[in-house]
Amino acid sequence: METLERYADIVEDFGAFRAACERPLPSVVRVNTIKTTVERARAALDEAGIAFEPREWHDGLLALPDDQPGTNWPYVHGWLHGQEEVSAVPARVLDPHPDERVWDACAAPGSKTTQIAALTGDSGTLVATDNNLGRLSALRSNAERLGVTSVAVTHEDARNHSLKPFDGAAYDRALVDAPCSCEGTIRKNPDALEDWSLDHVQGIAGVQKGVLRRAVQTTRTGGTVVYSTCTFAPEENEAVLDYVLEAEPCDVVDFELPLEHAPGVTEWEGEQFDDRVRAANRIYPHHNDTGGFFCAKLEVTG
Amino acid sequence: MPGDDSGESDEHEDRAGETAAEKGAERDSGGDGTENDKVPTNDGQRFDRLPATDAERRDPERPTRREVLEWWDERFGVDPSVFADHTFWERGRGKVWAFAGSAETPVETEGLGMTFLRTRREHWKPTLEAVQRFGDHATRNVVALSRAEAATFVAGRDQSLPWDGDWGFLVVTHELAGEEEPLGVGLYVHGELRSQVPTGRRREF
Ligand SMILES: C[S@@+](CC[C@H](N)C(=O)[O-])C[C@H]1O[C@@H](n2cnc3c(N)ncnc32)[C@H](O)[C@@H]1O
Repeated sequence: METLERYADIVEDFGAFRAACERPLPSVVRVNTIKTTVERARAALDEAGIAFEPREWHDGLLALPDDQPGTNWPYVHGWLHGQEEVSAVPARVLDPHPDERVWDACAAPGSKTTQIAALTGDSGTLVATDNNLGRLSALRSNAERLGVTSVAVTHEDARNHSLKPFDGAAYDRALVDAPCSCEGTIRKNPDALEDWSLDHVQGIAGVQKGVLRRAVQTTRTGGTVVYSTCTFAPEENEAVLDYVLEAEPCDVVDFELPLEHAPGVTEWEGEQFDDRVRAANRIYPHHNDTGGFFCAKLEVTG
Repeated sequence: MPGDDSGESDEHEDRAGETAAEKGAERDSGGDGTENDKVPTNDGQRFDRLPATDAERRDPERPTRREVLEWWDERFGVDPSVFADHTFWERGRGKVWAFAGSAETPVETEGLGMTFLRTRREHWKPTLEAVQRFGDHATRNVVALSRAEAATFVAGRDQSLPWDGDWGFLVVTHELAGEEEPLGVGLYVHGELRSQVPTGRRREF
């Protein structure tokens, strides 16, 4: 928890922030509309006697107030996918359309990949990349259970991603759900900060910059790139955007998010960032009783 | 262990394990990632698009798109239009995948859409994934189970069951939220329904 003290000056109502970080998280499932409708999934949960509370901002996102359900029929049929509530944000911001070409650069274990596939009606080409084979096998198994047919899985370093195998054309949209220091997952995993170090933060920021750059390069002019992390550190968030704004032809743009949030920070430990990073959203645990999250929407301009 | 995972004690050729997840686990534990323990190949990641028809076929053993569509139609009464948005790809020998996107053929990748159908054998066999996703279009060789029978089936256990239709692979359904929902693949022989649910997808209720 002390690690988080470094954010006392940028988080409004820091006391509530701290208190929220110490509360456990409710478990949440997303209805997989590739295989069923929200209505039928709700009926199947009723049949199984599993209580749920819909999350208003996202159709088919259901909090399960009682403990993690055991084996149940809707899960066996691939109608449900366990996914933290804020983790459903970036695919919504990406807003993929049917038949588009989409790249999910850091995809495993595929919560957002499968959500993107549901949003396109499982159409178009969705390339899901990760550099970790073990995590990729979890992605494959999630995609299969959820009945996804639009995803092609690649094992590579996203910084060197090749467009070649999939028709060579640029993407309409790309998601960079970057590896990060995971500070925002403290409610789910109380040990999340145990290995925290500034060196680690700075090291991983290098990977984040490389992947986000590649995402902008491989997306067509006018296309959308979404950058997200589950961490609070400005080094891994606004500083990464600031770097890419300088290095590649793109812009950080505003977006609608029907969840309480704070704007991106433009100043951190004496460093000034490009003003445009204010358009990014910071979601703190006390805002909506979720995990912590960072999400920015970029438009490719050249 | 791949050999324990297929749930097909009577069908040794399938014992390399059905799902890619299991294959991934195999690679992680030091396997070489080849497709099939009987037919080692160096390009376990290579996918070849199925030729449309016999006239376009170069490998005489490779199934064609037309054969795949005809098989679903003949066996389960699934209309070919159901697969209009999917291309079919073969990985290794006989494992056919269904993909909604576009790619060059051949393509080297970890996965291309969904594992779909097992071919190059006497009785072709759909995957559980294909049946759960497309089985609601099936109009024959479909067996509807009660809740208790469905639980036995997803646990991976065989059960005796009256059935006066064809022997062979069936689409297994049960009622969920007011409709019959496809659950997986069963093999009907000698008065019993043998569960084909792969180990990784089995559940005890
Ligand atoms: C936050 S997780 C992604 C979660 C995933 N998007 C989901 O919704 O299920 C970050 C992922 O990035 C992967 N990763 C780390 N470095 C990478 C790199 N250089 N190229 C591609 N993937 C990388 C990690 O293996 C990890 O799976």
